[in-house]
Amino acid sequence: MIIYRSHILVCGGTGCTSSGSSLLMDRFEQQLKLHQLDKEVSLVKTGCFGLCEAGPVVIVYPEGTFYSRVKVEDVDEIVSEHMLKGRIVRHLVYHHETEEKEGQSLNDIEFYKHQDRIALRNCGVIDPEKIDEYIAFDGYKALGNALTKMTPQEVVDVIKASGLRGRGGGGFPTGLKWQLCKDVAGDKKYVICNADEGDPGAFMDRSVLEGDPHAVLEAMTICGYAIGSDEGYIYVRAEYPIAVNRLRIAIHQAREYGLLGKNILGTDFSFDVHIRLGAGAFVCGEEMALMTSIEGNRGEPKPKPPFPATQGLFGLPTNINNVETYANIPQILIHGADWFRSMGTKRSPGTKVFALGGKINNTGLVEVSMGTPLRQVIYDIGGGIPGDKQFKAVQTGGPSGGCIPESLIDVPIEYDSLVEIGSMMGSGGMIVMDEDNCMVDIARFFLDFTVDESCGKCTPCRVGTKRMLEILDRIVSGKGEEGDLERLEALAESIKDTALCGLGQTAPNPVLSTIKYFREEYEAHIREKRCPAHHCRELLHLEITDKCRGCTACFRVCPVGAITGTAREKHSIDVSKCIKCNSCIEKCHFDAIIKV
Amino acid sequence: MVDNKEKFAQLRKVIAEHKDEPGPLMPIMHAAQEIFGYLPMDVQIEIAESLGITLSEVYGVATFYSHFSLEPKGEHVISVCMGTACYVKGSQAVLDKLSDSLGIQPGGTTKDGKFTLLATRCLGACGLAPVLTVDEAVHGRVTPDEVPAILSIYED
Repeated sequence: MIIYRSHILVCGGTGCTSSGSSLLMDRFEQQLKLHQLDKEVSLVKTGCFGLCEAGPVVIVYPEGTFYSRVKVEDVDEIVSEHMLKGRIVRHLVYHHETEEKEGQSLNDIEFYKHQDRIALRNCGVIDPEKIDEYIAFDGYKALGNALTKMTPQEVVDVIKASGLRGRGGGGFPTGLKWQLCKDVAGDKKYVICNADEGDPGAFMDRSVLEGDPHAVLEAMTICGYAIGSDEGYIYVRAEYPIAVNRLRIAIHQAREYGLLGKNILGTDFSFDVHIRLGAGAFVCGEEMALMTSIEGNRGEPKPKPPFPATQGLFGLPTNINNVETYANIPQILIHGADWFRSMGTKRSPGTKVFALGGKINNTGLVEVSMGTPLRQVIYDIGGGIPGDKQFKAVQTGGPSGGCIPESLIDVPIEYDSLVEIGSMMGSGGMIVMDEDNCMVDIARFFLDFTVDESCGKCTPCRVGTKRMLEILDRIVSGKGEEGDLERLEALAESIKDTALCGLGQTAPNPVLSTIKYFREEYEAHIREKRCPAHHCRELLHLEITDKCRGCTACFRVCPVGAITGTAREKHSIDVSKCIKCNSCIEKCHFDAIIKV
Repeated sequence: MVDNKEKFAQLRKVIAEHKDEPGPLMPIMHAAQEIFGYLPMDVQIEIAESLGITLSEVYGVATFYSHFSLEPKGEHVISVCMGTACYVKGSQAVLDKLSDSLGIQPGGTTKDGKFTLLATRCLGACGLAPVLTVDEAVHGRVTPDEVPAILSIYED
């Protein structure tokens, strides 16, 4: 075995790959060879480091130097300076304006300091395409223990005692789910991993699959042992090609090592896993719809009961959990239920991964203990709002969740507390909005999503959400009427009560929570035909103020000839011609054009 | 160029591989779309007949999932992410600009068959918002101003 003196870790997650990390890999390989360092320095392509904002990210160990936004041209310098001479390339080291001192290594960086990583523990640490690296980090140890030292009931008992709740959004106790399926008599049962991560703005499941696919396979195998199943399916979005590819590699390697297939680790237990690709239907994230889809049908949900534990895939008993839930399982079995309960809150033990996005400095993936206040996630880890803008709201739970205003951001994050304030955990998307975002438009955006994704099986969802969208469309275009808010609320309540599946039942949440916390914004749209955030096009017009120096820049860029004036005199805009394309605002050097 | 006969031979091979496993329809349709680029009617008929199910079942599945297409796509497919993170950072303006520049609505294909424009669901690259992809290439932190430059890469 070769001992390397240094390791260069290059992020191979979707974010960094998109910003060019595979080109970095090629260049590093070439440069290391050129300097004959390829036997001393190992080059590793890992999963997501989480701080996508700073991508592509390169970390050098043993120093833990964190290089950010690395370009191909920078690689030569890193190799010749850092690798050859041991001098850190300062100007490439990650440094954020909100931090006082330069964060040289991972642990100095605010973004990582406040995190506890369980589900993400191997992401950005190991090479996900090498099973040996996973094994070196205690991989498959939990499975070995379970198969050789524990009975299936003992496994279920540990998961129950840990208090782990479903990370896909519902928060149902995982141990109880396993017990229900275990207790059903049957020769054939299925284990499913729900990797149909459809919530816009949530990408933790993708990152786990890309960065640590074996953790999911190990957990599914453990689940198979616990409930008495020999076959599993992973239903993953077709939009995640890197994740699908790494899963395929992982399954192949696990089979080669005898960790999947017949007689695992020499025991009587056999288990194998298949991959099924989704085809772009949000509703398939709902468990009943997902199973209908694997069976080869339109992914429409079915009424419950019967629950999957008794009649799931192909009518047989089935246990279904999401990716992040599974990623916790091996760790719980290794360290025990008490260890897991030592993190998080009494009602929601453990950690949760969040995808931070929108108007926030550090977009990316973070994993924090349950009970952490939203404020800490947004300001300490997320680094606050860019460009001196005012925080307005944070949206959690995707199309099923709601918008949380500033007055409530000290609320600790757990399943129940978020529901109490009209939002929900969901799969963990967290989109931050600032003063420029119109809350009515955001509600309309989510409703538009739901209407598009509604499968059409039940009337409340198919027709009800459409009616709600029509009202919202009217409001944002200045045609709102008195009584619209009451109509929206009444429709919302009946949809919540009567829709068939979770998609429909939660679809009104973005509307209800914005009406609850931002009612005055709705009223401004309806009564004054005014959008306070200056976002809704049909409710604003552009004006040139006295700051104008008459430079004619706006005049020349206007595509419809709406601006008139002579050089060195204040120009004016003909609002009847203006199409509000904002080109003039972008061109003006004096901030003289405003939206009113 | 692979001719149609060759493509159908590939399709029959895929069908034979999956036919006896439980729930074969979706994997076969994924493969069929890979082979043909879309799912024309004669392909759907072939799948229905080989699996012994009705054409309406195949058509029902093909139209349910947005990933499956009944129309051929353009030479380059531009997908603008309309996930929440991209939306709050202005992806609508980028989509509008593309729509204007290409003279097509989202979902449409230009007359010369060069570009198809799609508004797509979250691509999971929220750190680069707003994001668009042209075929496999990802363009991050895009502003409407950059649209002409991006299009010109693929235009000639």
